[in-house]
Amino acid sequence: MKRIYVNEMWCLGCHLCEYYCAYANSGIQDMVKALKDKQIQARITVEQRGTISFAVNCRHCTEPLCIKSCIAGAITSKDGVIVIDQSRCVLCYSCIMACPYGALMPAREGVMQKCELCTTNSQGQPACIQGCPNKAIVFEER
Amino acid sequence: MGINYLYPPFEIIRNQDRCIACRVCERQCANLVHHYDEDKKRMTADESLCVNCHRCVSLCPTRALKIVKTDHTFKENANWKTEVIEDIYRQAQSGGVLLASMGTPKEYPVYWDKMLINASQVTNPSIDPLREPMETRTYLGKKSAKITRDGEGRIITSTTGQLKLDIPIMFSAMSYGSISYNAHKSLAMAASELGTFYNTGEGGLHKDFYQYGKNTIVQVASGRFGVHPEYLNAGAAIEIKMGQGAKPGIGGHLPGSKIGEDISATRMIPLHADAISPAPHHDIYSIEDLRQLVYALKEATRYTKPVIVKVAAVHNISAIASGIARSGADIIAIDGFRGGTGAAPARIRDNVGIPIELALASVDQRLRQEGIRGNVSLVVGGSIRSSSDVIKAIALGADAVYIATSALVALGCHLCRTCHSGKCNWGIATQNPELVKRLNPEVGSQHLVNLLTAWNHEIKEMMGGMGINSIEALKGNRLMLRGIALHETELKILGIAHAGQ
Repeated sequence: MKRIYVNEMWCLGCHLCEYYCAYANSGIQDMVKALKDKQIQARITVEQRGTISFAVNCRHCTEPLCIKSCIAGAITSKDGVIVIDQSRCVLCYSCIMACPYGALMPAREGVMQKCELCTTNSQGQPACIQGCPNKAIVFEER
Repeated sequence: MGINYLYPPFEIIRNQDRCIACRVCERQCANLVHHYDEDKKRMTADESLCVNCHRCVSLCPTRALKIVKTDHTFKENANWKTEVIEDIYRQAQSGGVLLASMGTPKEYPVYWDKMLINASQVTNPSIDPLREPMETRTYLGKKSAKITRDGEGRIITSTTGQLKLDIPIMFSAMSYGSISYNAHKSLAMAASELGTFYNTGEGGLHKDFYQYGKNTIVQVASGRFGVHPEYLNAGAAIEIKMGQGAKPGIGGHLPGSKIGEDISATRMIPLHADAISPAPHHDIYSIEDLRQLVYALKEATRYTKPVIVKVAAVHNISAIASGIARSGADIIAIDGFRGGTGAAPARIRDNVGIPIELALASVDQRLRQEGIRGNVSLVVGGSIRSSSDVIKAIALGADAVYIATSALVALGCHLCRTCHSGKCNWGIATQNPELVKRLNPEVGSQHLVNLLTAWNHEIKEMMGGMGINSIEALKGNRLMLRGIALHETELKILGIAHAGQ
């Protein structure tokens, strides 16, 4: 399955992936309208210390601990893509405790959110990949 | 501090309606122009630091930024123009030589733009390169004037040290030091993929790049940085740099601050020591001396590699080239005065040398007249900007061209002309690791390959239009060119007729 991989060698720590992610998942056509004067809710996070940086989002594990930990059965694997049914989420944070990558976070609406490889929005392919200026994030089969 | 007489040349226009304060402009500007005002909750900028490199503009996700020229003005004066006055202020303040980078921005005639290319109509057919063969491969090196046969009467076809180019375009010399590791790697990867050559410049060859040796031209310049037997044998050809179009007659100076560990090892000089290239080669004061170096290098490489002698286009260039053609060199590279540089004194860059078009035409003419044109191949550089410039250069008599500024532009350079600051926001003319990594060679080399592939298509189309199906048939074919808005002396030097004739 094609997954998102990062190459910290080329990550510039520009954080554009976060903004493109938040925009892609906002459901709003205009980027300015979607993001201006708002605390952005990105599903990808740039981790940074000193001169090293890289973007982290859901690894779409083959044995996802989040699915096992979910008490509401809201997280499922759909052809390898780990998706969350926000209507079933009870915001117990069990998945946050279980995920070793910190890839799930609360969404604005008071439910959990995670990267679903832009399969549930209108992007077609992951927006972070398209927005990365230096090919530090790639979407490929490995 | 005194009075600052200089007003910032650019203004940064930020559309606050569009700015989402993502701060990418702030993070990406090495000149520290942008910052976020916590109190006002909005981005602001200090335009006095801006060099107009467009890094922020290109990365802004909402296109909230643009840079404009300030309309702040002096009282208008055709003689004492703004830049003249400002340069005097600068020198009055600093007491120093004005430094500049890249090719001259001054308004000199660009003869490429005053030449028009022919096309076939009725009397001879044009060729469609999509349907018929079209050869853009060419070979550089000494061509034998006589046909020699072996005992059985078969033609001896072996020619020594020829460079095979799949396209008549090579990347000209840019040293590791003046440009970054990733810029060098992009050029090396692209040259390999395109079947052409890149040039190490005078800074030696990084050990990682020996793998691209068969697509590398190694340079020997007056500083002799990084020159050793393994280096000479690593490349496909050796270039002796006598001069550079942007700064004829002077040497170079890579400041110690740029001589980090890798560059120090590659150049074989102490860490953080200034790398100073003398103006002349101290062992070359005549064509005979040049001949000695040419043969020393040939000896060192067992006569397997062609030797290129690169000179800047200056007055009497045809006599100089005639001497070089008799020195044993296989290829002459001529660099015109619009060529780029990582740093040069502004007055020299803007006032010394001659246009490459005129130099090329007179050199080709002179070598033909003397019957020694076959002794050498001619490569020209110094602002070849497009495929039509390539066609015109070849029709004027070049065997191939060198490009560097166009290649850097393909890598993202926006010609802000502040390479000498070492803070290139595009990761090209810098040695700061944080900036160098902005140029991913995978992306960079692809851009270079795309550019030259596109040019090659255009070259084929234009050759086809003329009814010519190979570079060889276009070489020196000045009947394919006509001048426009040129006076008689210019036409005579270029060896072309005026449009309409």
